[in-house]
Amino acid sequence: MAAAHCFGRASTALAALLLLSFGSFAASQIEDQAEQFFRSGHTNNWAVLVCTSRFWFNYRHVANTLSVYRSVKRLGIPDSHIVLMLADDMACNPRNPKPATVFSHKNMELNVYGDDVEVDYRSYEVTVENFLRVLTGRIPPSTPRSKRLLSDDRSNILIYMTGHGGNGFLKFQDSEEITNIELADAFEQMWQKRRYNELLFIIDTCQGASMYERFYSPNIMALASSQVGEDSLSHQPDPAIGVHLMDRYTFYVLEFLEEINPASQTNMNDLFQVCPKSLCVSTPGHRTDLFQRDPKNVLITDFFGSVRKVEITTETISLQQYSEMESSYKEDQMDEELMEPLKYAEQLPVAQIIHQKPKLKDWHPPGGFILGLWALIIMVFFKTYGIKHMKFIF
Amino acid sequence: MAAAMPLALVVLLLLGPGGPARAESPRDSLREELVITPLPSGDVAATFQFRIRWDSELQREGDTDHYFLRYAVLPREVVCTENLTPWKKLLPCSSKAGLSVLLKADRLFHTRYHSQAVHIRPICRNARCTSISWELRQTLSVVFDAFITGQGKKDWSLFRMFSRTLTEPCPLASESRVYVDITNYSQDNETVEVNPPPTTTYEDVILGTRRTYAVYDLLDTAMINNSRNLNLQLKWKKPPENEAPPVPFLHAQRYVSGYGLQKGELSTLLYNTHPYRAFPVLLLDSVPWYLRLYVHTLTITSKGKENKPSYIHYQPAQDRLQPHLLEMLIQLPANSVTKVSIQFERALLKWTEYTPDPNHGFYISPSVLSALVPSMVAAKPVDWEGSPLFNTLFPVSDGSSYFVRLYTEPLLVNLPTPDFSMPYNVICLTCTVVAVCYGSFYNLLTRTFHIEEPSTGGLAKRLANLIRRARGVPPL
Repeated sequence: MAAAHCFGRASTALAALLLLSFGSFAASQIEDQAEQFFRSGHTNNWAVLVCTSRFWFNYRHVANTLSVYRSVKRLGIPDSHIVLMLADDMACNPRNPKPATVFSHKNMELNVYGDDVEVDYRSYEVTVENFLRVLTGRIPPSTPRSKRLLSDDRSNILIYMTGHGGNGFLKFQDSEEITNIELADAFEQMWQKRRYNELLFIIDTCQGASMYERFYSPNIMALASSQVGEDSLSHQPDPAIGVHLMDRYTFYVLEFLEEINPASQTNMNDLFQVCPKSLCVSTPGHRTDLFQRDPKNVLITDFFGSVRKVEITTETISLQQYSEMESSYKEDQMDEELMEPLKYAEQLPVAQIIHQKPKLKDWHPPGGFILGLWALIIMVFFKTYGIKHMKFIF
Repeated sequence: MAAAMPLALVVLLLLGPGGPARAESPRDSLREELVITPLPSGDVAATFQFRIRWDSELQREGDTDHYFLRYAVLPREVVCTENLTPWKKLLPCSSKAGLSVLLKADRLFHTRYHSQAVHIRPICRNARCTSISWELRQTLSVVFDAFITGQGKKDWSLFRMFSRTLTEPCPLASESRVYVDITNYSQDNETVEVNPPPTTTYEDVILGTRRTYAVYDLLDTAMINNSRNLNLQLKWKKPPENEAPPVPFLHAQRYVSGYGLQKGELSTLLYNTHPYRAFPVLLLDSVPWYLRLYVHTLTITSKGKENKPSYIHYQPAQDRLQPHLLEMLIQLPANSVTKVSIQFERALLKWTEYTPDPNHGFYISPSVLSALVPSMVAAKPVDWEGSPLFNTLFPVSDGSSYFVRLYTEPLLVNLPTPDFSMPYNVICLTCTVVAVCYGSFYNLLTRTFHIEEPSTGGLAKRLANLIRRARGVPPL
């Protein structure tokens, strides 16, 4: 009896053990599936990097923007998907002792300007109007493709802004400002036009947290280098160049990003911890209440890189030869053999220039002003001298 | 130091019968070349030229014999790596192979002079010009300062100039050559030594003078065999004699004169230093609308006498729409200075039209001079296809003169700039005045006064009086 009981108990225990293992296996599968569910649903990445300060002593703002540009390009976002706006030229500035370079570290260790930089909006083109037009997509039709933000509803966009700012505004080029309300409205326009899937907004200015206070559109995560009432400080001057090279917050963000590669699984919570008060002197802040996913599930490469899911196919595609073009080329060749060698056109045909026929000016009827003037003169004349003169005139 | 040159893109469409064609030109061909010219001062000038030609499938009917020219210029654009990157992307081998390997931005912009250009023109493939090829030429010229790059020595090498050496030719190039100008030193081997020694030399009349070039062909397999790279070096055996370079036959200067912020005068000086030949020059001036030119004050004087141009075309400016265009064909007498001057008035812009740094000034684009300058040595007519690219950029069929296009310096003028803080000042002052004056009057007129009975005091007062009565002191 007891043996039967034991056996029964053992069998139930075994069954329970099997069930448990099955259950855990299934649970891990479900967990995987759930994790897949919480992964971002974006298919492409864009970046809008804006430096809003002009003049040589604002070298650090250009270096900030270029270091984010460099990281973003290194992690895979191509130039066609990056809109880079630099308000002044530091690399080839006459005051730069090493032309075509912008350094981020003292002793000129890292040239963030690089060899293949493409700046889309430069110098006077960086204005509040152009920035808002880029974000909302309301650009004149003659704008070249490289100056447009052609994002769709499955794009993750990184927006980085740096410059001089204050409580609720960011200064553009020493002559105009953008307020946090305008920025929030621009993001709402983007949301309503389905121009982004998720947006990461990073700002490195004094009192930067005030810029993200007014956001009200979904799927926006924001980071700032300092709270309201605090100043963001610059990092280190370089004695050879003579200006401060970087701002503290972006310097530590750059160091953090240098360790990221496209396969990293580092998430946003690490980015929130990047610059503690001991290093940055100001308190960086972040805002995630509008973001639907948990920041610990958001990878850094979701915004800073362009990691695509690749599906490998074993199908083959055959390329056809263009046979008809070759035959037409042969015809042309035979044609050409009969022709004599031709000359270039004249570079400066002096005789033709001097002996040009003068262009006939078209006759235009007199405009409204001339007609009105004459009508006034005639009216005054007849009023003065009487209508009886009319039959002598007409 | 990089001299920021204005970036002028001139697209010249010549629709007319004219253009080279040879039966054996391949379907699309790339030719690249680099010309290195040591200058008498010790600086080194290097010019890259890339030519791409491809056939167009478009067929055109008939013969159209008219010229279209659109001229647009951005007076001030700082040229840096961000301009070089899209320029390099047009090259087929794009800085991976061939001569474009040498195009490294940090060396190209640390120079005294830097200039990039893109030229596009159609070429007729047959006499009736019904089928055309397109030719795209990209040129990049730099002048390296001997003391910055050479650390004081006048020897130069490709590695020292570009921090790169040539390794392999571009596989897409049909010709890939380096020419070194050894005109003054080809007679004796004692002043200068070029390493590796050139296999061939090329002699021709370039820009009116006879020049000799050492030729290095990258497609020649014997060139790059052992060390797999080609580093051209030039060493001076004797220190070079510092003689002044010959003055060019045509050069020009431009400046703004006058005082104050209302008026000014724009003057261009054209120098013809040829001892006995006069030649015509086409002067093209594009002045922005905010300098209102007084065309009746246009004066052209040579050697003190008035010089009437053979041809004038003037298109007045329209405010905020288009700039002034002034084009003149002026005959420059031999050995003279011609002064073209015109007075102008500065306009006041609307306050939103000012740049963020208006006190820097506004740039005026340079004038363009095109001239056929008489050569010292007549050139014999050449086969355009066989000659190097630098000879065919502006080819002239008549060998007695050569074509030159000069740009004068861009100018900087100050416009009357308002004080941009005035709106803020006015608001502050007005609000203060309104608050103080009107506010005081308003208060005086509308404030009513009534007497208020003092309160009999609360609990605290009663308690205090109680204590005072206990002490024998009069109550509050």
